[in-house]
Amino acid sequence: MKQTRISKTFSRLKASGKKAFIPYIMAGDPDIGRTRQYISLLEECGADIIELGVPFSDPLADGPTIQMAAERAVAAGVTLRKVISFVREVRTQTEIPLILMTYYNPVFKYGEEKFVSDAVDAGVDGVIIPDLPPDEAGRLIKLSRAAGLDTIFLIAPTSNDKRIKKVASASSGFLYYVSMTGITGTKLTLEASFLDHINKVKQASKAPVAVGFGVSTPDDARTIAGVADGVIVGSAIVKKLHEDPEGARDFIKHLREAVA
Amino acid sequence: MGRPTPLYFAARLSAHLGGAKIYLKREDLAHTGAHKINNAIGQALLAKKMGKSRVIAETGAGQHGVATATGAALTGLECEIYMGSVDVKRQALNVFRMKLLGAKVNEVNLGSKTLKDAINEALRDWTTNVRHTHYVMGTVFGPHPFPMLVRDFQSVIGSEAKKQVLKAEGRMPDCLIACVGGGSNAMGLFNEFIESDVKMVGVEAGGKGIESGEHAARFAGGSIGVLQGTKSYLLQDEDGNVLGTHSVSAGLDYASVGPEHAFFREAGRVCYTYATDEEALAAFDLLSKTEGIIPALESAHAVAEAVKLAPQMDKEKIIIVNLSGRGDKDVQQVAAIRGINLQ
Repeated sequence: MKQTRISKTFSRLKASGKKAFIPYIMAGDPDIGRTRQYISLLEECGADIIELGVPFSDPLADGPTIQMAAERAVAAGVTLRKVISFVREVRTQTEIPLILMTYYNPVFKYGEEKFVSDAVDAGVDGVIIPDLPPDEAGRLIKLSRAAGLDTIFLIAPTSNDKRIKKVASASSGFLYYVSMTGITGTKLTLEASFLDHINKVKQASKAPVAVGFGVSTPDDARTIAGVADGVIVGSAIVKKLHEDPEGARDFIKHLREAVA
Repeated sequence: MGRPTPLYFAARLSAHLGGAKIYLKREDLAHTGAHKINNAIGQALLAKKMGKSRVIAETGAGQHGVATATGAALTGLECEIYMGSVDVKRQALNVFRMKLLGAKVNEVNLGSKTLKDAINEALRDWTTNVRHTHYVMGTVFGPHPFPMLVRDFQSVIGSEAKKQVLKAEGRMPDCLIACVGGGSNAMGLFNEFIESDVKMVGVEAGGKGIESGEHAARFAGGSIGVLQGTKSYLLQDEDGNVLGTHSVSAGLDYASVGPEHAFFREAGRVCYTYATDEEALAAFDLLSKTEGIIPALESAHAVAEAVKLAPQMDKEKIIIVNLSGRGDKDVQQVAAIRGINLQ
């Protein structure tokens, strides 16, 4: 597999001793036009990679903030199909790595093979499917490797050595370390064993390790950047964009500065 | 738990329908009033054995919530139940029962505000508290090993029924009927008979009719999808979003169905059909008046299918209907549907 936009980004950052700042937004919240503006905003604020949430009716891994964002986007008529054509359009204007974070059923319904080929063709660089464990993802991984789409799987604080090995070997681009047991948007509380555990994961993984879930303030981001290769911020940005879009630029810039 | 539950010959109902002999497997007489206790006690003991201090569960009709709260009280575990706000309203009696048993009831105001959303919230809780909490899944759904675990705990229904019918009639029955929400009472009855040639019918909630779009008939109106860790039939739109469901019965009001049922359907082993709200309510009345048994609205769907099938069968044929729960919890709702104020 040739180097993807995601791995190139991590290599470039590593060479200059920097960490990746990976914001998440919900595609279509509140509409697709605004998502276009938000992508430019994130890029201007120094995002290295952008995660685009695909709205779904039953977002199991998400807390209230992203659940409500998904409800708004579903109501705006945004679907996986529309998100892929949106990426195709955005790709003519930017080279920033774009990752789709979607639940499995929309992908299943779309058809795995068609999904991988359409996504890559549109300019999607990676995919995160929180309710698809690597154990069930054999075919999707194979298709993705062949097409040059990174598959990013999740590691939890409860994952044991055997599990870490499995998730690491299924992942490409980077490995998504979930900061704590729980759902997105929960206040960050790191367990005493966090450092030991994430260091174990970093040793087991060839790919960089980024941490997400619960990172909501510049202080959180700074703490995480001290140990991980990348910092993912979702709910806090989704919430800010929804409640105080005027203040979002400063907020995102502060997060960016904390990660650097 | 009050086992074995009786296999009861419904003489007056059979005579009224003028066809096959109808037996009722009386899970309504199990402790707490439904088959749900078979699984809930099993999993509460399992949680205790695994060293967990807390159990959580989803509930639709409230029967599984009551059963789990009972199991938790019995084993000394902390207990929290998730229930959609629509169901909290229509099953108020069961909500109070859970509280009496020491459980905390969390009302879920998300999505369709019914069983599916209660499962989502329970799974979110479990993800957060997995180290000390066991999730007592109430039906043959969810990720492995839940469909297997719940089936095995419920299989006592069928193994008792087989012994009982052989004793009463000296032969195997001709047909088994059970309602199917997630499908645990049906799987519990069917499991023992899968290798035999007994005909089996699963009855889904037809709601206001398939054409109306307001139903929970996954086999009649759905397609294959993946929800809550399970690949099965699912009511979904063309983009893979899960559709809203409707049934007069909270326990059948669910967008997907146990994966083993999907397997039996595709293998042609079990026939799946549906009863509408109207048919279920008519069966609810009929069983109350002919036998003095008020069935749960869920179980009334199974009775409704017997009402259709029995008259077409010879008098020496035998049907077993799984009377999965009693109807006390539904009395207020049925009164409300008929515009009767009980206050």
